[in-house]
Amino acid sequence: MDPAVPAKTAVATSTFEEAARTIIGPEHVRAASAEDAVAGVLPKWVIEPGTEQELAQVLRAANEAGLTVTPRGGRTKLSWGNPPRRADVVLSTARLDGVVEHAWADLTATVEAGCTVQKLQELLALHGQRLALDTAWPERATIGGILSTNDSGALRVRFGSLRDLIIGMTLALPDGTLASSGGKVVKNVAGYDLPKLATGALGTLGVITRAVFRLHPAPRNSRTVSIAARDADEAHRLILSIQDSKLAHAASQVRASADAAPEIDVLFEGTEAGLAAQQAQIAKIAGAAAVRDAARDVWMTRQELMSVSESRASESPAGATAFAKISVLPTAIARAIQRVTRIAEAQQIRWRAVIQATGIGCVRLEGKFASLYLAVQTLRGELEREGGSLVMLGQTALSATFDAWGDAGDALPVMRAVKQQFDPKNTLNPGRFVGGI
Amino acid sequence: MDARIFDELRAIVGERGLVTSPEELRTYECDGLTNFRVLPRGVLLPISTEQVQAIVRVCHRERIPFVARGSGTGLSGGALPVKNGVVISLTRMNRILEVDVPNARVVAEPGVINLDVTGRVQAQDYFYAPDPSSQSVCSIGGNVAENSGGAHCLKYGFTTTHVLGLEVVLPDGSLAHFGRKTLDAPGYDLSGVFVGSEGTLGIATKIILRIVKRPECQQTLLAAFHSTNEAGGAVSGIIAAGMLPAAIEMMDNLAIQAAEAAVHANYPNCGGLLLVELDGPVAEVQALMAQVDEICRENGAWEIRLAQSDTERTLIWKGRKAAFAAMGRISPNYIVQDGVIPRTALPRVMSEIERLSKEAGLRVANVFHAGDGNLHPLVLYDKKIPGQEETAGALSYRILELCIEAGGSITGEHGVGEDKKMAMSKMFSEPDLETMQRVRCAFDPLQLSNPTKVFPRPRLCGEKPGEYVAHALETAGIAERF
Repeated sequence: MDPAVPAKTAVATSTFEEAARTIIGPEHVRAASAEDAVAGVLPKWVIEPGTEQELAQVLRAANEAGLTVTPRGGRTKLSWGNPPRRADVVLSTARLDGVVEHAWADLTATVEAGCTVQKLQELLALHGQRLALDTAWPERATIGGILSTNDSGALRVRFGSLRDLIIGMTLALPDGTLASSGGKVVKNVAGYDLPKLATGALGTLGVITRAVFRLHPAPRNSRTVSIAARDADEAHRLILSIQDSKLAHAASQVRASADAAPEIDVLFEGTEAGLAAQQAQIAKIAGAAAVRDAARDVWMTRQELMSVSESRASESPAGATAFAKISVLPTAIARAIQRVTRIAEAQQIRWRAVIQATGIGCVRLEGKFASLYLAVQTLRGELEREGGSLVMLGQTALSATFDAWGDAGDALPVMRAVKQQFDPKNTLNPGRFVGGI
Repeated sequence: MDARIFDELRAIVGERGLVTSPEELRTYECDGLTNFRVLPRGVLLPISTEQVQAIVRVCHRERIPFVARGSGTGLSGGALPVKNGVVISLTRMNRILEVDVPNARVVAEPGVINLDVTGRVQAQDYFYAPDPSSQSVCSIGGNVAENSGGAHCLKYGFTTTHVLGLEVVLPDGSLAHFGRKTLDAPGYDLSGVFVGSEGTLGIATKIILRIVKRPECQQTLLAAFHSTNEAGGAVSGIIAAGMLPAAIEMMDNLAIQAAEAAVHANYPNCGGLLLVELDGPVAEVQALMAQVDEICRENGAWEIRLAQSDTERTLIWKGRKAAFAAMGRISPNYIVQDGVIPRTALPRVMSEIERLSKEAGLRVANVFHAGDGNLHPLVLYDKKIPGQEETAGALSYRILELCIEAGGSITGEHGVGEDKKMAMSKMFSEPDLETMQRVRCAFDPLQLSNPTKVFPRPRLCGEKPGEYVAHALETAGIAERF
């Protein structure tokens, strides 16, 4: 899969730098520093195009010069996936940060890739609307970044993930093609759904330059309640009862850890009358378990678990951290918590987890490197045997030796064929995605 | 196709699984769009994934194009046979393989009828949300191919929202699984790109569906306005008030007359009829419905009815869902269009349609999903009057152009198929279309799976994008470009 490194690298790179300077202006081409490393791999340049046409042209120049390219947004999830085989050029969307259009009466918005989620949400809020998605680190995460990593939070229970919210996209391909698909209307089946293909592709098919979303009205009121469960089994029973009820909750999740009994959080949105009625109903479902009003910050748990800062300083073979996204069936949520508990205990690992009612969860594990490796490997094996998955998030001590993705199944040949069509020279993020893509 | 190939195919599907007599083949010469007709060489009716694979392997080896077909209710010619090709009908693969209510999943074969999915889970108070008007006859496989919508997709989403995974026979006969019962399987979202690909990327043989719990209550309101513009004003008001109704449908006077003649839905005789459905917890729905009522009155509604029983609600919907077929009551022939516009362009586009209708001397009835801007203008004509069919076709195409000019789409739920492939070049640029075709080349380099549909012209896979270079097939005189 890996293309041979071009023999005339020196010539190609100097030509490329010249081309890049000409295309976007010398002030937007700079030498990379240690801070620009991509999962530990040092790039040569950081390039910040000012328009999507410039971006496409620079991408093409890099592709022709045989250089590899890593697209970059707000850097919050730049280390997700496997480390790249090479990362010669970092293509930053920092200057493509505009909200092109908020067609509020049509409930749609067109945004450039480098716009942060928070900036978009603030603009949408002026008309009482939102992108119904609670991503991690919204103040820094960009639209291109959340799309490429398919990041979603607890609101997914109600509103689906990005694949259900994106309606149009413009993509720059390594050969310089700038292609749009989808459109600006919510309902549209003309042509292939490339926005979905590029969502979660970790920038391996093209660089997302703009996106069009369907929006939702911002909630009139919202309320969060938490329910304390005795153990994983009770938590599981409650979360399934809530899913099977006629409540119209916007989110629900279980928080669990090595040290405390699990808690369930439920978010309600709507009219005051609707909230009051639903709160009464959930008390009935909870039965003997205590229901209390909770602060909104319980919904930040996922982001907290994925945050590196507190542990990075102490990262060493004696004390390493790993973050994993797991996906199980809703009926396997308790089993997943019990698995983590059992495996972590055997390996003397500290852990915390949050699992949404959809069966998607985030687990943070801390312990000795060797035990961590074994624990994650065992957990992945057990989840995959049940039809689930475990994907490592972010660069950790394990990244160098542990595949971030796991089994992609018998669809891998088709995925490789798609990659070959879009990026035949493996220019974009080589080696970062599933199966070495 | 020689007899040897038919023998081989017969050996795969058995005598009953192969149709070759011209009279029987007529059944398959078109889908719901009857003005395109092509007689296939043969029709195969497999009963298992293995049989589909074996058929496709033969087609691949012999370079025979094939078209998968469900119930044949499509309205864009997507299941139209291809010259010298075969049709693979999935109607005998109609088993629901698994019902998993606690996880809200159903695994179905492609020939399962849309409404039967709901039928299997309604005792547990669940339903399958996508509800195309043909839901009592159309198949899940066909819904997957077309990414079918329906009146309730404003709130619940389209087929793609409800497909979690697929088992697919690829155009070379190999088998692949896209997505799973669990969410976010590692890798590209191939399920996302397959849904709505109109049979051009392979044949789905198993489909993992998501089902939805029935809301606590549903309320349906009918409001009569003097004009569609007034009704459109109410729609904008509802959206601006921050509501997301389960459905908002609009009909103009001609459509109301037709629906009345067909099913006696007891609609008020008005210039613009609005149907608004809210669902959710009782307290929530009651609070919001009071506001909907108020917004409708503010925008000039002169009669408002709230369905008081399930029977009344069903009747209201019956009129709406029968609207296409009802056109037969007021016109010998009609063309159904499926353009989409941004909701805000509605008054402008409606008055333009009215102008064009007068200019052409043909009546246009309007039935649409007003919440999401999906228009279904029905151009009424009489085939027996010379020239009228052509005029109707031209008018219908002009309406599509209007939709594109307004920033919309040529199709909201019926698909491109054979019918609108030439309009694709109006909606998308050449690089856009060329990029989509890369996906096609990855899945089906020989272009055997429903070729000649969706795209205005085929791309020869293996040719380098960009600068024009003659393809080996062209220089050999086997293929040509148009």
